[in-house]
Amino acid sequence: MTINWLEFTPQSALAGGALIGIAAAILALFNGRIMGVSGIVSQLLTSGTPPKEHYRWRLLFIFGMLLSPMIYRAVAHIPKVQDHASITQLMIAGLLVGVGTRLGSGCTSGHGVCGLGRLSIRSLIATLCFMAAGFLACYYFLHGVKA
Amino acid sequence: MNQLTALISGLVFGFGLILSGMTNPAKVIGFLDLFGKWDPSLALVMMGAIAVTFITFLYLGKRQKTLLGETLHFPGTSHIDARLIFGSFLFGVGWAYAGYCPGPAIVALGDGRYELLYFIIPMILGMKVIDLISHYLKNE
Repeated sequence: MTINWLEFTPQSALAGGALIGIAAAILALFNGRIMGVSGIVSQLLTSGTPPKEHYRWRLLFIFGMLLSPMIYRAVAHIPKVQDHASITQLMIAGLLVGVGTRLGSGCTSGHGVCGLGRLSIRSLIATLCFMAAGFLACYYFLHGVKA
Repeated sequence: MNQLTALISGLVFGFGLILSGMTNPAKVIGFLDLFGKWDPSLALVMMGAIAVTFITFLYLGKRQKTLLGETLHFPGTSHIDARLIFGSFLFGVGWAYAGYCPGPAIVALGDGRYELLYFIIPMILGMKVIDLISHYLKNE
């Protein structure tokens, strides 16, 4: 393991992280809800007719996320991203993320940002599992095939 | 009021993901590439976020009500089972495969990166399949 000092961006990472924490705090303090994106998305799409108050805040939260880049671009610059994933790769990854987050009841935001902040053992286990799986899978995808 | 705060939360969440570089899959994969050239940025994103949520939940734990005096809808379960572990493991593999988790994928879509629909639609289908199976098993 070597640290990639060229790509390491400690200031924007900490500041952006604090903003993510503030977003979770707003939702917890005013709505009494956990900011877990996979849960919010999946419960927007439940079959049947849930009461309006159950999906309206979820819809607005997702709408805010979709709108955020446009407002961000009005005041600051968004660096160009490097995305090398093929369509097939995106589809397989999406399916794994969907199935995995429903089985595991959460993703990086719900278990990682909120669960760890609540000192939930369940979220700690989930976070350790998806981090470990991410490290191992990444090793396999990037270096495993060559060996 | 609740509607407005949900919208603001979504906006601020998006700003945070963009500023921290998390909507760039190369940045996420750079963190997951622990055994190669490791970019520790994502760890600092988590630390910055958890510092804020820790204080918030500490306060709400004492208060037991929202600032508007309403009920908290926080999960109370602490159950650890194979489903949690296996699911989180699958999620981690999918996360590393393309460099996206649900939040950044949605924000990237909002930035006009429409190829993310190839990720988001299968993600929603996967969620639905698990929900349907769980619902079926519960009613058996």
